[in-house]
Amino acid sequence: MADFNRDNFKKEDFKGVWVFAEQRRGHLHNVGFELLGKGRELADQLGCELAAVLIGSGIKAKAADLIAAGADKVYVVDTPELLNFNDELYANVLADIAEQFKPEIILTGATAVGRAFFPRVSIKLNAGLTADCTAFELDMTTRNLYQIRPAFGGSLMAKIMTPERRPQMSPARYKVFKRLVVDPAKKGEIIEPKIKEDSLKGRQAFVDFIEEVETTINISEADIVVSGGRGMGSGDNFKLIRELAQALNGAVGASRAAVDSGWIPYSHQVGQTGKTVSPKLYVACGISGSVQHLAGMQSSDIIVAINKDPEAPIFGVAKFGLVGDLFEILPALTARLKK
Amino acid sequence: MKLVVFIKQVPDTTNIKVDPETGTLKRETAGTVMNPFDMYAIEEALRLKEKLGGTVTVVTMGPPMAKDMLRISIGMGADEAVLLSDRLLAGSDTWATSYALAKAAEKLGFDIMLFGKQAVDGDTAQVGPSAAQYLNIPSLTWVKKIREVSDKEITVERMMDDGVDIVKSSLPVALTVVKEINEPRLESLKGKMRAKKYEPAVWTLADINGNEQMVGVKNSPTRVAKSWSAQREAGKAEMIDGDAAAMAEKLFTRLKELGFAK
Ligand SMILES: Cc1cc2nc3c(=O)[nH]c(=O)nc-3n(C[C@H](O)[C@H](O)[C@H](O)COP(=O)(O)OP(=O)(O)OC[C@H]3O[C@@H](n4cnc5c(N)ncnc54)[C@H](O)[C@@H]3O)c2cc1C
Ligand SMILES: Nc1ncnc2c1ncn2[C@@H]1O[C@H](COP(=O)(O)O)[C@@H](O)[C@H]1O
Repeated sequence: MADFNRDNFKKEDFKGVWVFAEQRRGHLHNVGFELLGKGRELADQLGCELAAVLIGSGIKAKAADLIAAGADKVYVVDTPELLNFNDELYANVLADIAEQFKPEIILTGATAVGRAFFPRVSIKLNAGLTADCTAFELDMTTRNLYQIRPAFGGSLMAKIMTPERRPQMSPARYKVFKRLVVDPAKKGEIIEPKIKEDSLKGRQAFVDFIEEVETTINISEADIVVSGGRGMGSGDNFKLIRELAQALNGAVGASRAAVDSGWIPYSHQVGQTGKTVSPKLYVACGISGSVQHLAGMQSSDIIVAINKDPEAPIFGVAKFGLVGDLFEILPALTARLKK
Repeated sequence: MKLVVFIKQVPDTTNIKVDPETGTLKRETAGTVMNPFDMYAIEEALRLKEKLGGTVTVVTMGPPMAKDMLRISIGMGADEAVLLSDRLLAGSDTWATSYALAKAAEKLGFDIMLFGKQAVDGDTAQVGPSAAQYLNIPSLTWVKKIREVSDKEITVERMMDDGVDIVKSSLPVALTVVKEINEPRLESLKGKMRAKKYEPAVWTLADINGNEQMVGVKNSPTRVAKSWSAQREAGKAEMIDGDAAAMAEKLFTRLKELGFAK
């Protein structure tokens, strides 16, 4: 295992903001577009270019979408070996082109893919890596990127920087940043860099993919989430949550207490060990607001809390608080919405 | 089959308090526990050993107090435990921690390394794949099931955002596991007896042949510039009162103003 050599490293050699544009089976993930929105802002402030990195097979045509979404350049590596996600090869390829073109910032979505291979890239590039950011700021005198993220299940916020290393690398949370309005007239350059032969050799191989068939709206994607907790009392009572969700055209979420009681499947769990959601509206019903639950939903725009205990911590993050019995309030609210 | 499991001691997040003045964690009041995801990594290693034979070694990097947690793993059935503890390692971020763990793994020798999906203190999920990259071996994250395994090759199911990827890899390999993978066993009576008297090996940076320039707070690439309490100010919520019908009506009006209702 070789240690790193920092002799030839010069911070000034690194320029440009990059966004890894994740695709799975040819579909670009929304978070890439959101990060191009934030990336545009950072690049304009730094006076440098914004580039997207597109890795896969048969995906070159997608580069135009990334340009229309704000990228000045798109680095495309389109080859059959990269058809499916492969931690080793994706890391090799991204590190390979980062070594050639030396960006000062590389962002990715904090998705299953981004979080799996960015750590490998950070080791290959001898760079630091901050996890799961929810905000970015720049210090213009040092060009350091402040990477802001929750820690300890969301009870603490930390501002992190990587002052001595480049590129500065961060996975960022989905649905936090805003994409730009699509500009089909925007011009951009498509670059197909040369990749080392070894970058496409690895020891893992894709076998198959089993799609998860969501019968209900996926809570991570939904703009409105209505969640129930232990206060629901039973699985049958979750129909009150489903009815309200339906009236609002939203998805159904749950606390771990409700999931552990077997009232609703794990795929609905919100929180530290469930999904992180950041909808425009989050309605918490019969949920106390433990640190672990808050970790998964406190970046929602508007939070409504319905709980009979006025001291419940959920009111601490709520915009609207209703102290009362959910068995009376939920049917009344659903009926009013349907009227 | 040589199996090495990495576990971390974390503050008990069910019990966490943030000092509102300084915005730092009141570690003293929190108490510590084994990172909950790491329990699944230990269990999976024990199951692999039961199937294929071999040894399970559990490693943690942390303060001497972390020995208690290593004893739990012995109680569950691990063969040996190692505490990596050195002043030079203090304050290491994930880049530096994964270097040290990779060095320890190199010294132990292994076929499969197992990690938890992420540690609940920082939720970074970086240490497993980073350690694998230092050792230049494949890393398969978010493993929910091991489908097939031999002494040369492994096939696993990985939980991705849109479904399940089935991936195979040659050994040696690093896996990070999610809680769907198994149901961890409790410590056995026999295990507890052994754990009581068990003294984990304690290794320093020199013992793993580590480079001082690669570890510790000084050599960690990331710096925490500032931290603060994220608890929003209580009492900020607009309280909506009245009987159920009145509350429903008022909330409806608000939701309508905000464009959530017609
Ligand atoms: C490592 C770890 C990870 C965890 N991860 C998660 C996670 O991802 N997600 C998660 O949610 N939890 C998680 N938890 C569990 C968490 O600590 C809490 O136990 C859980 O969130 C509590 O769920 P709850 O709010 O539904 O239940 P409770 O805390 O029991 O709250 C129920 C609430 O319902 C109210 N209520 C009862 N009846 C009524 C009524 N008729 N009308 C109105 N209100 C009523 C009560 O006043 C109470 O506030 C985790 C815990 C640990 C240790
Ligand atoms: N100090 C440590 N000692 C041993 N294992 C660790 C340590 N830190 C992290 N790990 C392992 O790496 C996994 C991911 O941790 P993290 O990258 O910190 O989220 C954990 O679940 C552990 O298996």
